[in-house]
Amino acid sequence: MSEASAPPITGESSARPAGHRRWVRISHWIIVFSFLTLGFSGVFILAAHPRLYWGEVGNDLVPALLEIPLSNNHRPEGFEQMVSFTDVSNTAVSADRTYEIFNQNGWGRSLHFLAAWFLVIAGMFYVLTGVFSGHVKRNLLPRARELAPASLWQDIKSHFRPQSGMAVGGPPYGLVQRISYAGVAFVALPLMFITGLTMSPAVTATLPVLLDVFGGYQSARTIHFFCFSALVLFLVVHVAMVIVTGFRRQLRAMTLGS
Amino acid sequence: MNDTQNKMRRRTFIKGLVSSAGVTLAGCADSDLPTYGNILRMGDLLSYKTHRMLLPEQSLAREYDYSDISAVPAIGTTNPGNPNRAYFNPQQGPVYERLQRDAFANWRLTVEGSVARPGTFSLADLKRMPPKTQITRHTCEEGWSAIAQWTGTPLRAVLETCGVQPNARFVQFYTYDAIADGIDMRDALHPQTILAYGMNGRDLPIGHGAPLRVRVENQLGYKSVKFLRRIVVTDEFDDLGKAGLIQNGWSWYAGI
Repeated sequence: MSEASAPPITGESSARPAGHRRWVRISHWIIVFSFLTLGFSGVFILAAHPRLYWGEVGNDLVPALLEIPLSNNHRPEGFEQMVSFTDVSNTAVSADRTYEIFNQNGWGRSLHFLAAWFLVIAGMFYVLTGVFSGHVKRNLLPRARELAPASLWQDIKSHFRPQSGMAVGGPPYGLVQRISYAGVAFVALPLMFITGLTMSPAVTATLPVLLDVFGGYQSARTIHFFCFSALVLFLVVHVAMVIVTGFRRQLRAMTLGS
Repeated sequence: MNDTQNKMRRRTFIKGLVSSAGVTLAGCADSDLPTYGNILRMGDLLSYKTHRMLLPEQSLAREYDYSDISAVPAIGTTNPGNPNRAYFNPQQGPVYERLQRDAFANWRLTVEGSVARPGTFSLADLKRMPPKTQITRHTCEEGWSAIAQWTGTPLRAVLETCGVQPNARFVQFYTYDAIADGIDMRDALHPQTILAYGMNGRDLPIGHGAPLRVRVENQLGYKSVKFLRRIVVTDEFDDLGKAGLIQNGWSWYAGI
């Protein structure tokens, strides 16, 4: 497959058998379980207010950027008549909600942040160990010369006619594989973490710059949602590729190591 | 700064993190907040301790311009006098109903507990103290947000008038609905923590907590308790039983 899956380079990696290293396997599974817990609790949290907005402000009395059909919590007819605050602009209105919403945020939020602790610690361990051991440079970052559109297209096409046994269960990885793993570890998950922090009133009191970077509290929440959607897409494709290239062998490689 | 100092700092920081994690995981008795052996409450405690350790005390929530003021829904209890709604308090609801009829002229805020001079305050008493006005974002745990202008008396000024005892650590709020809650002394003395009687230049509307609500700008909206009637300063943490957050399955700390 020529340059798309480069042969293992340099002494250390050629001296050891193929497969995933122990620190990769441990952090992989902690990240998997915390990500699934975050996704599960996150869907419940979103269901409490399944409307997305841009900027600092967004609520039931203003138009949404996007409404997600997760719950029946947005009922404009369930609010009493809007009352205007006399001496401010005509957008400043208030209305009393008269119905009880679906709200599981008591356990939902606490579980979300508990899982986030595990993800942040395992993620930081993965990134630091990956950078200092050379794993990131050697196995994840695509080389500049590989990024030609032709070789990228070649590698994408190869994913549509996979053969069982074609992947070794560990590095070296193909080009699209490297780009997506690096994208998850260095772009998507850090972005989830930072947009999550931007939703914390205590954190943004200390770091208001976060609100400027993302354009406001609601923008950060919206980016958090779309970034999650991208991670779910990655998860689906990743698991599909694991299945078509030999589920049991791949699973053994990521748990037992070979 | 030399290398050794750097290392020492790092070591103290790591020690702090480790010990706070240890306290959390063990649900240790010497910690401020009870966890009841519940793993979710242990996570809440870890977030609380980490925020308190890493975020400077003087950080101020962002304040916005007058033109940023937005629509604000009123949720939860929107009238404590209405017996048909959740969180109706059979003892206090009818009292609220009577107070509301003469525009809260007979309403009084009681301040007691670990203070040198317990006292009561009428709305006029509070309005005589130097007011603070701030335009801030209300961030609801549900996921929505709104910007409004709040006017009130800094809680710190009320506490100083009553003389907080040196061993006091928490401030508890009792209301006219079935909800009670509290904050630690650091949030209570924060310059943006006010007892608000005004909203967007008018008296606080009933839906938003008339005649007096607290504003805790570094935490989520549910900590800004509405319909205040009584403030109690305590030396120990009090989960406030069935009226409080913890026994209802919610995190007491909501800065996250």
